[in-house]
Amino acid sequence: MSELTFDDTNFESEVLKSEVPVLVDFSAVWCGPCKVQGPIVDELAEEMKSQPVKIGKLDVDSAQETSQKYEIMSIPTLAIFKSGQLVEKMVGMRSKDDLRAALEKVMA
Amino acid sequence: MVEATKKYDVIIVGAGPAGLAAAIYTLRKEFSTLLISEDIGGQVTITNEVENYPGIDFATGPDLMTAFRKQVDKFGGKFDFARVEKIEKNGDGFSVAANNGKTYSATVVILAFGLTPRSLGVPGEDRLKGRGVAFCATCDAPFYKGKTAAIVGGGNSAMEAVEELCKVAKQVYLLHRGAQFDRAEQILVDKLPSFPNLKVFLNSEVVEFLGDKKLEKILVHDNTLQQENFELTVDGCFLEIGYITQTKWLGGLVKLTDRGEIAINERCETSVPGLFAAGDVTTLPFKQIVISSGEGAKAALSAAQYISRATGREVKPDWGTGKKSNS
Repeated sequence: MSELTFDDTNFESEVLKSEVPVLVDFSAVWCGPCKVQGPIVDELAEEMKSQPVKIGKLDVDSAQETSQKYEIMSIPTLAIFKSGQLVEKMVGMRSKDDLRAALEKVMA
Repeated sequence: MVEATKKYDVIIVGAGPAGLAAAIYTLRKEFSTLLISEDIGGQVTITNEVENYPGIDFATGPDLMTAFRKQVDKFGGKFDFARVEKIEKNGDGFSVAANNGKTYSATVVILAFGLTPRSLGVPGEDRLKGRGVAFCATCDAPFYKGKTAAIVGGGNSAMEAVEELCKVAKQVYLLHRGAQFDRAEQILVDKLPSFPNLKVFLNSEVVEFLGDKKLEKILVHDNTLQQENFELTVDGCFLEIGYITQTKWLGGLVKLTDRGEIAINERCETSVPGLFAAGDVTTLPFKQIVISSGEGAKAALSAAQYISRATGREVKPDWGTGKKSNS
């Protein structure tokens, strides 16, 4: 599955009720480090598209409810959700390898 | 837990213009290269417009750094996101310990970790970093819509943070340890009274950050001792107190200047054979993307010569031999 876009309206159906683990890249258009992180997440999504995971972005400005619920205070924040639960929250930039390893850990 | 990893030819600490450029050069010479950094792009990622990088008419800082990063990926560079905490010289190379619990080893190390936002070094600060304690109003101000935020500082970046935050926050506090704002441009200082939601505390220093999972309060000390330490309830506190070369953690490993910069010669060699440095963290006079990139390349070429001499390995020419991509 390649990269998705999450927001307040689809977060429950796409992320919380997902059958597979979901990596959410909390970002915003005004955030410089997010713009460096973004393409890394895109590339990971492409590389992992045949695997049982979902990878997508969430814009913290438009999805304020979700961002507040998960106490996102600094971006980029990379979060992994599994079975409706937040299982990993990584604040700050992460490499493709780190993100892949974090996903593989929860996929096992 | 200490985990031993393979030995790299080159470890580069930092992934801004100097570190990324160095990696492009060492990788093209077929030296295995690991970048260890807390981010990619460093200060450039908070630069909106770059118009002075030759050959690039206009780019945003993040886009330019993404282009650098993709070039490193193309030649097979590896990144680990961590903060390096200790470097030691051993027999024929260096061991590099990071806060991810790993200890790496390499024949040469290139230090290119640039400048670090200055912190206060008071209790609670490290623990609440990214949980209310923030270093970049331009980056994080929008999170404080309708909330209360404090700013620590008295220079131009603090004044700019006031402007950013007063636009969105309900209440803003500006704390400055001095009696007046003599380090900021007067035109910016003169604007302060025009913000209705701003309260200024002069002669005031934050002595502790309080909060359980996130910042809830700051404890403030009045330098004039006119009043007892007092608490301010805040959702966030921005430290806008400039940048420093954070090199204390290197201990006595390498020669530093009295300003903490790593002393280098014209070949980016430090006082320690096999240890090189490039970019803003060094004694280099100008802080520019193009200059730091060039310094990174220079450090890489010096490092290549060093490895070749130390190991007897032939250094591959780098004149476009149609190198295959590893990614």
